[in-house]
Formats: sequence, C-alpha cells, structure tokens
Amino acid sequence: MYIPVEGFMYPNEVELQWSVLIVLYPFITGLVAGAFILASLERVFRVEAVKPTYRLALLTALAFLLVAPLPLQLHLGHPERSFEMYLTPHRSSAMAMFGFVYLWYLMAVLLLEIWLDYRRDIVVKSQTSTGIMRFIYRVLTLGSNVISERSLRIDERLGYFITLIGIPSAFLLHGYVGFIFGSVKANPWWSSPLMPIVFIFSAMVSGIAAVMLLYMITTRLRGKEIDIRCLDKIAQYLMYTFVIDFSLEMLDLLQRIYEADESFRSLDFMVHTRLWTSQVIVQILLGTVTPIALLGLTQILKLTEKTRKRVYALAGCLTVMGIFAMRWNVVIGGQLFSKSFLGYTTYKMGFATREGLLTAIALMILPFGILWLLVKLLPPWPDASSISASGEFEQAEPVRSLV
Amino acid sequence: MFKDIEHLIRLATVMAIAVVAFLVLRAGVVPRSFGQYGHYRGAAMGEIAARPIAFAGHDLCETCHSDVADQKRQGKHVVVACEACHGALAKHADDPASLTPAKLDTTVLCARCHEANSAKPKWFPQVVTADHSGGIACDTCHQPHRPKIETKPETESKAEGKK
Repeated sequence: MYIPVEGFMYPNEVELQWSVLIVLYPFITGLVAGAFILASLERVFRVEAVKPTYRLALLTALAFLLVAPLPLQLHLGHPERSFEMYLTPHRSSAMAMFGFVYLWYLMAVLLLEIWLDYRRDIVVKSQTSTGIMRFIYRVLTLGSNVISERSLRIDERLGYFITLIGIPSAFLLHGYVGFIFGSVKANPWWSSPLMPIVFIFSAMVSGIAAVMLLYMITTRLRGKEIDIRCLDKIAQYLMYTFVIDFSLEMLDLLQRIYEADESFRSLDFMVHTRLWTSQVIVQILLGTVTPIALLGLTQILKLTEKTRKRVYALAGCLTVMGIFAMRWNVVIGGQLFSKSFLGYTTYKMGFATREGLLTAIALMILPFGILWLLVKLLPPWPDASSISASGEFEQAEPVRSLV
Repeated sequence: MFKDIEHLIRLATVMAIAVVAFLVLRAGVVPRSFGQYGHYRGAAMGEIAARPIAFAGHDLCETCHSDVADQKRQGKHVVVACEACHGALAKHADDPASLTPAKLDTTVLCARCHEANSAKPKWFPQVVTADHSGGIACDTCHQPHRPKIETKPETESKAEGKK
C-alpha cells in the first residue's frame, strides 16, 4: 500500500500502527463513563429531574462497556493472549492493567448496580414470564425470590454505596485511557498531564449527550411524551460539563502555544494542514463551539418546548461527533508527524479489513444491538417497572428516602 | 435474620465460586517456572539453550574460506558476518558435503541494506536500485565480498591524463 509522505519520516513512522479501532476504544469507553456519571447524578446527587434516564443510562453504559475491549481484541495479532494479563498480571505495564480496571468496572460496579436496581423486576418477571425468558430471569435471580421491603431497602442502600464507588471508578476507567496517551513521553502530541483530565471531561460530555439522544429517540419510538424537565436538566449539565471540558482543552492549547517547545512548529503546521478539517472545523467549530452556543441559547432565550427539543437533538449530535473527532485527532494526529519534527505521513484506512472502516462501523452498531437486547430483557422505562402481574408488586418505585 | 439478605449471600457465593474457579484455572495453566527470573517462563531459558545451533559463526567459515576472508578484509564488508548474507549454515560447517549453500540473488540481497532511504545515515552507501542498476544483478559490477569498484571512471582518467 502506497502511503504519501511529506518531508522526512523514520521508516517505522510511515505506516500508522494505531488505526481507527484505537480511535473507537477511547470513544466507546468515554460513552460508558459519561453514561454512568449521568446515572449517578440521580442516584448520588439527587437530581430528581434526570430520573427517567437513570436506568437507560446504566444499560447504555453496560452495552458500550461490553463492546469496549473488542476494538483492542481486533487490533491484537493474538487476541487470545489478552487473557494472560489476568493469569500473569504485569504490574508495571499500564496497558496490561487495563484488564483489571475493566473487570473492576464491569463486575464490581456496573453489573452489580444494574442487578441490585433491577432485582425486584427480575424476581417479578421470573414468576410472570414463560418459556426461555422465564429461565433467563430465574437464572438472574440466583434462585432467591426475596423482595421484602427490608431486602429492597438493603439493595437500595448497597446500590447507593456501589454508585458512590462507581463515580471514582468511572473516572479511573476513562482517566486511565487518557493516562495511556498522556504518559507516552516520546510523543509531544500526547504527552501531557492534562490528558487524563481532558479525557474524563470529554467522556462525561459524550456520555451525557449520547444518553440524552437515546432518551429522545427511544421515547419517540415508544410513542411517549418526552419529559422536557428531564431533558432541560440533562442539557444544562451537558453544557456545564462541556464548558469545563472546552476550557481545559483550551488551557492545554494555550500552554503549548506559550511554551512553544521544539515540537511546536511541527505540530502547529500539522494542525494547519493535515488536521485542519478534523480538528479545527469538525472538533472545535462544529463539535464544540456550536453545541455550547446552542445549549447556551436555550438557557438565555425563552424557546418553545418543540424548538428546545430540536436544539438539544442538534447539539447532542454535534457533541457526539465533536468528541469522536477529538479521539480521532488525538490517536491519529499523534501518529501523523515524525518524531524528527521534519515530516508527515498519511493515514490510509482500510475498507473491509480487520481494522478497516467496515469493522469500525460494525463495532459502532454492535452496542446498539446489545442495548436493544438489554432493553428487551430489562426495560428501563419508568412506566415499565410498575409490573402489575400480582397485587403485591404494584409499588414500583424503590424506596430512596432511607438512604 | 438472613432471609432478607439471602440474595446477597447467593451473590457472594457465586462470586466466591468464580474467584476459586479462576484461581484453580490459573494454577493449572500458568507454568510452574513463571516468574523464576522475570516476567516470563523460567524454563524457556533451558528450552532455548537446548535448541540445535543454526549459525556456525564467521570464525568457523574462515577456517575453510580463507580466500574470501582475505577479500573481505580489504573492503567495508569486513564487518558483515558471512551468515548475515548466506544464512545460517551450521550444518554446512559440520559436514560441508551435506549442504551446499544456495547461490544468492544479489538483485534482492544487496538492496536489503543499500536501497536508498532518507532515514539512513548520509555516510551509508545507498542507491535507488531501479535507477542505479535497472534490475541488473549487483555482482555484475561489484564483488560482494569487496564491493568497492577500484577502476576510475573513463572521464576522470582522461581528465587526469590532461594534467
């Protein structure tokens, strides 16, 4: 494959080693962390307005978390060897430690929180459903049908505690991804102590925007009315987080411009040429400034509900696109310039290859398929939890006041 | 008393079983010598050491091919080990009749090191083979063991003659 090179590149820099799949990896984990943090707003910070999205956010986080390691597995020449990081843990390797960060977040936080939150529904469904679904629900109950008031209160208290642990865990999950890039000291495009922090905030932004869009789409598909109070609140939090995220990114940029170290001219040239469209146009103008401005307008102007919904939808789409562009610019941008600062290479994405465009598209569709299954199995809608199969299960809302 | 936390006890049991199953699996599949010297299988050292020797080493080559060794000493390729180009030939060194080294294709072999690449140091001899030889084998002009062509180009000889 011919790769156009400009100026001087070392031989091992001409072909990019980290492909679009490595762009997907931080993008997907970001959605996970962001969705979870949105869920924790209701659980820990008592933001009652966002309650309709609580369970949807948890299921979204799980669907994307299950897909998060797949880009890495496809990227590896020997995916079966990845299990060895559990068998023979290498404590000095940041990449090898990902397995534990991932496992902790999946098993100790997300699955546990979802199980505790849905346990009552699972028990009810294990008694009311039939066939294979009955079997699945019965397995999920672990053979215990106890849903006494006290047991639900214990679940609630434990769930609260897990969410409390889950917030730093979500920060750890995505902070870790930023750490991986930020700690590559040989690469001036990545090497920055701000990287983990910027990654965490951008994760929150993308996750909140994604759940907001999913909430709007799923509510529309179900033919229900969107809770505008909930949407307003999410959009408000999205804007706050986005402003912090953008400020941090600009702070990083200012620092680089003022510091102007030996890499600056090379990186500056790259931003003005190869990354101009993806960084300046897509990431900054369309994906950051425009959604912040749109969300800001909804705070300042008195817009109708219909207009607000449209603005939120547009801002949400632009935000997700902008954060994807940010991941692209970090991962791909960091490999386009020579460490000699004298040349630039080009990223040639394959089409129907192991790390090509089709694979990337399939990997982005997959979480939605998993989410669809999860939603079928564990309906997250506020109106769906009031299962009226038998009288004793009528009281749907868990007891939150005791926590 | 435990009735209300029965599900949590079951969950803890499932988790404990999973952890024990993992530990059993780990004990079964991780080699005993893992970590003996470092983050790898210690027994691998012995296994690698027990492998048959593939390279003879240039000292052994020179005992028979002293003429080639003399040629090499006169040129830059003195630093290149015989088997770097000819391949691993311990079998040939043990019993020369059992294995005759294959004739090398210099069109491909020389380009492996001498094909021009801007990342190579300037002092290193390098050519764009397509322009330099146009597909003709390098050993048509160059003696691979002493590659420098000593004869002066015709134009340079004429210029010197005028002086």
